[in-house]
Amino acid sequence: MNTQTTAIEVLGITKSYGDHVVLRGLDLTVPAGTVYALLGPNGAGKTTMIRILSTLIGADGGAARVAGFDVRTQPDGVRRSIGVTGQFSAIDELLTGRENLRLMADLAHLPAREAAARVDELLARFDLVDAADRRAATYSGGMKRRLDLAMTLVSRPRLIFLDEPTAGLDPRSRRDLWQIVRELLDEGVTIFLTTQYLEEADQLAHTVGLLDGGRLVAEGTPAELKAQAGGETLDDVFLALTGHGVTPESDDELEEIR
Amino acid sequence: MSTMTYAARDSYTMLRRSLKHMRRYPSLTLMLIGQPVIFLLLFVYVFGGTMGAGLPGGGGRADYLAYVAPAILVMTIASVALSTAIYVAKDATEGIVDRFRTMPIARPALLTGHVLGALAQTVLAVTVVLAIAVLLGYRPDAGVAGWAGAIGILALLSLALTWLCVALGLAAQSVETASNTPLFLMILPFVSSAFVPTDSMPTGLAWVAENQPFTPVIDTLRACLAGRDPGSDAWWAIGWCVLVTVLCFWWAGRLFGRVRAV
Repeated sequence: MNTQTTAIEVLGITKSYGDHVVLRGLDLTVPAGTVYALLGPNGAGKTTMIRILSTLIGADGGAARVAGFDVRTQPDGVRRSIGVTGQFSAIDELLTGRENLRLMADLAHLPAREAAARVDELLARFDLVDAADRRAATYSGGMKRRLDLAMTLVSRPRLIFLDEPTAGLDPRSRRDLWQIVRELLDEGVTIFLTTQYLEEADQLAHTVGLLDGGRLVAEGTPAELKAQAGGETLDDVFLALTGHGVTPESDDELEEIR
Repeated sequence: MSTMTYAARDSYTMLRRSLKHMRRYPSLTLMLIGQPVIFLLLFVYVFGGTMGAGLPGGGGRADYLAYVAPAILVMTIASVALSTAIYVAKDATEGIVDRFRTMPIARPALLTGHVLGALAQTVLAVTVVLAIAVLLGYRPDAGVAGWAGAIGILALLSLALTWLCVALGLAAQSVETASNTPLFLMILPFVSSAFVPTDSMPTGLAWVAENQPFTPVIDTLRACLAGRDPGSDAWWAIGWCVLVTVLCFWWAGRLFGRVRAV
């Protein structure tokens, strides 16, 4: 497999918790340097998919290669290549923003001088300079999410997983985050994100996978999907394919952004 | 760098994180030191007069202080270990540990950081408690070999109890559980030679007390600090500590690497 062109390759991944089947044989491919959005309602299996691809949990069946490494047999190769920002903030609240970033730099084994420079650069880029020496516990939701993403970027991963990156964020923070995703894309980073927000997938993704009940019910560019289902929006597509919407309330929130 | 140097470097990074946490939470460290100090005062000044009279050959409060001081040091170590379980569980419930698990970090580094941090806290707590015991009139009679033995057995016990509590903290599904499951470590010393000689107990209980790990550890520490030869107790104490350390190190590693439900 050529890691230059394919960032993620998933073949027939299955996962159950006891009797509860979460993923029922998922196939997908993400070309390097693109944004793939896994769109689906709560409980569709989005987070489980990210946890499998980021080596946090094992799949029951099927295979997945991430950045050319098998998630089952070469987890350390995967871990060296990826960055993960989960749904819940993965920051150390007792440490300051600067200390959190420095912790990541030290764990990435950056030399001291380079580490300090990288930390300053990220603090500036994520608008955290003023809050750098305050404990992260005092940060607002948007600041915590920015710090979280900055921590993910310390080691300059070429492939980033974002699990519902804008869930619970106010409209302005959401737009800021979209902007950051676009900048990362310009730098050639591959992004795999999950979302319940149709507009988010529409705005950011090259390829959208519609996940429902542990199955990929459709996959394509936003335009292809709309043409395929004869709908104007991804919501129409989702409704046409599954008989139900993603999350009606999420679109009310998006109205505020528009 | 080799795998080993990375493991050492990552452990050091995690140790610094643990020490920073302790500095940001001085109240916890104060409580860890305060609790055994209160035990010490309680046992010397409330129970000490009566308990001293019950020691073999009889005695007074001062004799009981000499008897109980090593036991209080052991309680101090148990108390620090307990806080480690809470700390590890709290860490695991927050997203940061999942982040560490998606990073190419030497696997045992995070746990080693916790354990080394707890050791540092133990050194501080034991020193303060020992200093207070000396202020109250405790006069250890140990020579160089005795002190070396005492420090050695305290270090081994601390390592064993801390790894045990790391595993219990990881096994607990919540911080509340993690603060309860290791409590037996505070109860067990009472059923040992810590506070009263075991032969003053009923036969069955005395058998339990004589054969549980805390008794040889406390007897060894007591002998070392009194400048006596601990004899075979030392081997039992070392054996128990090494056994618990090895088993719990392995158990904690398994729990940490375990595939967790979402």
